Amino acid sequence: MDFFIQLVVNGLSVGFIYGISAMGFVMIFKSSSVLNFAHGELLAMGAYIFLVLVTWAELPVYAAFLLTMAACFSLGFIVERLFLRPLIGEPLIFVIMLTVGLAAMFKGLILLIWGGNLHTFPDFLPSWLSLSWGSVSVQPVYTLALVVGTIFLVLFGLFFKFSSQGIYMRSVADNQRAALSLGVNVKKVFALSWAIAALVAGMSGIILGIINGVNVHDLSAIGLKVFPVVILGGLDSIGGAIVGGLIIGLLETLTGGYISPSLRDVVPYIVLVFILMVKPYGLFGQVEIERV
Amino acid sequence: MKKRVFHPCGNYHENYADQLKVYETDYGRFFAAAGLVVLFGLAPFVSTPYLLYILNSIGIAAIAVIGLNILIGYTGQISLGHGAFFGVGAYAAAFLATRCDVPFLLSVPAAGLITALVGLIFGLPSSRLKGLYLTIATLAGQFIIEYVLVHWEDVTKGTMGITLPKANIFGLEISGDIPFFYVIFLALLVMLWLAVNLMRTKYGRAFVAIRDNDRAAEGMGIPIFPYKLLAFAISSFYAGVAGAIWAYYTVSITAEPFNLGLSVEYIAMVIIGGMGNMSGAIFGAIFITGLNELLRWAIDLMMNMGMVTQTGLNLAPLREFIFGLAIVLFILFEPRGIAEVWRIIRSNFRLWPFSY
Repeated sequence: MDFFIQLVVNGLSVGFIYGISAMGFVMIFKSSSVLNFAHGELLAMGAYIFLVLVTWAELPVYAAFLLTMAACFSLGFIVERLFLRPLIGEPLIFVIMLTVGLAAMFKGLILLIWGGNLHTFPDFLPSWLSLSWGSVSVQPVYTLALVVGTIFLVLFGLFFKFSSQGIYMRSVADNQRAALSLGVNVKKVFALSWAIAALVAGMSGIILGIINGVNVHDLSAIGLKVFPVVILGGLDSIGGAIVGGLIIGLLETLTGGYISPSLRDVVPYIVLVFILMVKPYGLFGQVEIERV
Repeated sequence: MKKRVFHPCGNYHENYADQLKVYETDYGRFFAAAGLVVLFGLAPFVSTPYLLYILNSIGIAAIAVIGLNILIGYTGQISLGHGAFFGVGAYAAAFLATRCDVPFLLSVPAAGLITALVGLIFGLPSSRLKGLYLTIATLAGQFIIEYVLVHWEDVTKGTMGITLPKANIFGLEISGDIPFFYVIFLALLVMLWLAVNLMRTKYGRAFVAIRDNDRAAEGMGIPIFPYKLLAFAISSFYAGVAGAIWAYYTVSITAEPFNLGLSVEYIAMVIIGGMGNMSGAIFGAIFITGLNELLRWAIDLMMNMGMVTQTGLNLAPLREFIFGLAIVLFILFEPRGIAEVWRIIRSNFRLWPFSY
């Protein structure tokens, strides 16, 4: 029983982090319907920038965190400006292939600079963050993730609901051409959504780095695990990303605990194929209705 | 004797049959024939074993890339699982050859068919949907197949791998680089011929219609879901055949090479070679395989000169970076790939000095 409860708690904590990682992905998909295959590399970029700032520059954690956020924000901006802006109006297939290329490029770059070894952050989390009830315990990182993730979730909810930029983004996601003709600056919206997505990715990269250590192979694998999460939750739903993440995380740890550890990493993809078969738009995704 | 046709300076097609021609002029036919003579008569005998090995790798990759090009370039769907499908073909051929004693000539197409069936399993749920769900489903396929190849030990022998018997065509044993050169390039020729002609049939036109505008295609009476599935099955068939030949060529196979990296490599070949152009597949295979070898050579050279040390620079990340960069640059600056560059160069010659 304790084993089961511990597995469930672990699964939910891992899943919540998957959900946060998927949020950035959903941002980009919502505003420009691009599947971003370079998402894992954006996660890794954030983690490595933080690593450099904390270990090499020896900045205090808060300053390093804020600087990393700023750096990721600009990185997203630059990526959009350099690589995606020229492709506005081109068929979507080119944009998606471009993200596949970007993923390979970033991964190679990170490997060239930092190598493929596992790096770890110095331990900086206070121990009062760890929670425990009886025999079940939650590590401090997961509490941190819960707090930070909830803050981001609420901020995003408010941003999309009330700020003018958020409303522009929703309008572009809904119908790019209509938004354009109503005077929405679509280029600005794209740039902003990439910047915000990179920022969220950087944040989740840092959290993942605290949990598993920083390694570009692991982080880019998590970037791909975002796909089952978002398909399950619904490609265009930020709340769905969190729920999808929780379910996938739970399934993963339960399979790892009860069936076989090697099946653990494949289960999300089996779920993915299954979901595509029975409920292709996911739990919370909007069903596409075509009117010609 | 028929009147010889030289290059016209414009597009003078008068009917549909003109437009469907494979060779615009007799020059094209002549150069293709000359190229074949050089390829089959000369190339295997003048090249070193190392060069021959590279040529063979190019040939195998080209078969797989032709298939992927049918899917990406002509039907407008992306597959991120072709590395794994290549592996399915290799394992299917190995299984048929070792367990069922199926001869080479039969096991290669059979492996292709098995791969097409496996492809259908992953294509089925996604091709019912519009948009690029196939990409996501094939990504899942890539990981699931990788897992199955390692863990279904009864069939694949897990990490031990399978050693294939020597290929045998009507009692003629095929081993070594030169006989395989003929097998690979004859297979490439047949598959290329099939693909080029498939694109001239109603199926090919339906694929292109779906790529260009799926709503309009549906309105014209093309049932898009069966056609998308068909394109995907054909494309997996090509990957399977390539994988099967590769398995015979390398003799011993393990599940290791069939990873996502290989899938991305094939996509890179399609983009760089030229989407929607059959010669593009071959250009892409040559470019990427050549680039691979060039990088290896450059790094060896730099290491010999002492400019970099073994620990300082590793081949794999640099290769990955350059692949990514090549994909990105080609999409940004020449989205139709080398095939388009080649066409521009040719028409510059043809239209000189009045190139307007």
